[in-house]
Amino acid sequence: MTKQRIDARFAALKAEGRAAFVAYVMAGDPDPDTAFEILKGLPGAGADLIELGFPFSDPMAEGPPIQRAAQRALAAGMTLRGVLALVRRFRETDGDTPIILMGYLNPLVSYGFAAFAHDAAEAGVDGLIVVDCPPEEADPLADALDTAGVSLIRLATPTTDDDRLKVVVRRTSGFVYYVSVAGVTGVKEADADAVAPAVARVRAASGLPVAVGFGIKTPERAAEVARVADAAVVGSALVDQIAASLAGNQPPAPKVLESVAALAKAVRMARANTAPAAGVQA
Amino acid sequence: MNAPSKPNDYSAYPDAEGRFGDYGGRYVPETLMPLVHELDRAYAEAKADPAFHAELNGHLKHFVGRPNPLYFAERLTAHFGGPKIYFKREELNHTGAHKINNCMGQILLAKRMGRTRIIAETGAGQHGVATATVCARFGLPCVVYMGATDVERQKPNVFRMNLLGAEVRPVTSGAATLKDAMNEALRDWVTNVHDTYYLIGTAAGMHPYPAMVRDFQAVIGEETKRQVLEIEGRLPDAVVACVGGGSNAIGMFHPFLADEGVRLYGVEAAGHGLDTDKHAASLTGGRPGVLHGNKTYLLQDDDGQIQEAHSISAGLDYPGIGPEHAWLHDIGRASYLTCTDQEALDAFRLCAELEGIIPALESSHAIAKLGEVAKDVGKDGVVVLCLSGRGDKDIFTVADAVGRTI
Repeated sequence: MTKQRIDARFAALKAEGRAAFVAYVMAGDPDPDTAFEILKGLPGAGADLIELGFPFSDPMAEGPPIQRAAQRALAAGMTLRGVLALVRRFRETDGDTPIILMGYLNPLVSYGFAAFAHDAAEAGVDGLIVVDCPPEEADPLADALDTAGVSLIRLATPTTDDDRLKVVVRRTSGFVYYVSVAGVTGVKEADADAVAPAVARVRAASGLPVAVGFGIKTPERAAEVARVADAAVVGSALVDQIAASLAGNQPPAPKVLESVAALAKAVRMARANTAPAAGVQA
Repeated sequence: MNAPSKPNDYSAYPDAEGRFGDYGGRYVPETLMPLVHELDRAYAEAKADPAFHAELNGHLKHFVGRPNPLYFAERLTAHFGGPKIYFKREELNHTGAHKINNCMGQILLAKRMGRTRIIAETGAGQHGVATATVCARFGLPCVVYMGATDVERQKPNVFRMNLLGAEVRPVTSGAATLKDAMNEALRDWVTNVHDTYYLIGTAAGMHPYPAMVRDFQAVIGEETKRQVLEIEGRLPDAVVACVGGGSNAIGMFHPFLADEGVRLYGVEAAGHGLDTDKHAASLTGGRPGVLHGNKTYLLQDDDGQIQEAHSISAGLDYPGIGPEHAWLHDIGRASYLTCTDQEALDAFRLCAELEGIIPALESSHAIAKLGEVAKDVGKDGVVVLCLSGRGDKDIFTVADAVGRTI
């Protein structure tokens, strides 16, 4: 049931001739109710897909903003079960926006792969990205997700060469996430010139849409990426808005959604200004 | 559930995927996977190259000071009134612990791979000092990640690393201890994949590290075997070692795995006690999960969040354990005991007073269980204990624990 939501969304955007804007937020950050308020507001603010982080105590590929978001969420009592409850609540009013959970393997091991896949599908989760689960280790998880109809979305990186790319895209569906910088989230900036050929390479190897993330902070950079990729992902910059709002005693949701609107607008306009580039999308 | 059967060829582990039974593996972000494969190939080539071993053995002899003695601990033997107790004197190595065995092997591999920058994590600072030492010796820049809490409580080792030319970066994320230092070292590696070698200090992490670190530490067990045969004309009845990540223990155990008559005892840190939430006994008090690149026993909550470990000994203060120990535990080839902070402190003083050796608090955990092991093997037995490090670094901690100001 759930894979279809991702495929339908990318098909609709392709018909519109534009890339998707993907917003990443951490489930439960800074507390479950505020996180729900943000989540619920994302589609209206222009997010085409949602990546929802599930917190882990030891996130080895995250930079400081998402590390701190995870710590805030855990301190507020978020658990993997709590994340699924949040998705279930979101689905009461939104049946179309794809939700991809993103995080680390141990909470899934602890939950049990089969139980998790079942509960996630039932809650309305469409895909899963597990940062520390490379294809070599993914079969048991992929088996469980296949049974439940949830996409396992793979990461390709600047260090993934052509031979390895074949391994990376095996058993994947929905889209491929291209990590545009060798590094952790939210630190280095993506080099738009290097992104275009990489996206083309990943698209050719997988036959799937390619989302680009890990180095996009501004509407300008999001627009550059949206000209060449099928989706642009922004996470750390949004999560930073939560931190800044908390530091300034302001409610976080309006600030985050304002940033989402600006980024989404830049992505929507990206190809309108440079019509020929739209042809890049296969 | 049936107990897993014991394999008859321990040297066949890990398999090509880095598995010891269900444990081990390579759970790392995609950015690192190509490097992990490259490291695997480079280490396999080095392992098969006699010139690599000749160079390593030369440095182990002239720089580290190997072989170190197998020493008959006469008064402790009398104290326990049972089997003969021997110490494998790893604390006599250059830098005062077994850590240098592994660092020497890995720095030669890093050079062979053409890497120009070394990073490491450290808890108590022993692995950091050993890494800084080999980096100075071979002229490579060195960055050591250390939890801010540990930087504060291990100032002498921070200064030692600085003297050796290493940069120590305090880590403030998480609880600011060893596991957070390891997270930060991994983040550095992901960011600097093109030139950086990550010199992991224990037999854990992603394949090939658990196997590689074990191989470099196996010199402990190999020498012990030669020496005990020379002195006693037979193999020991038991060997004992403390276990945090487990590198000195696996180095001692591995050459004896196929000698089924030799009992293997690892000793985990029970901190304030297993019935509290302040201990570091991953096998005895944890359950399997995935952290830092490998599947192994971990201290974790019901949601799979990793918990902070506690031990009076900073070197054992880690919520996981090497995957080969997890496997040896499950198949029953090795037994894992636990020792509280207080028992370790008592053993620390006992060893100093009876043998004239101030042991590391880590090694004191193993000493504390000699009585129990002695009972198991009987009066006429032979027991070898791995004295993994010297205790000079711990005198402030011990003074504090007994209420003395120094």
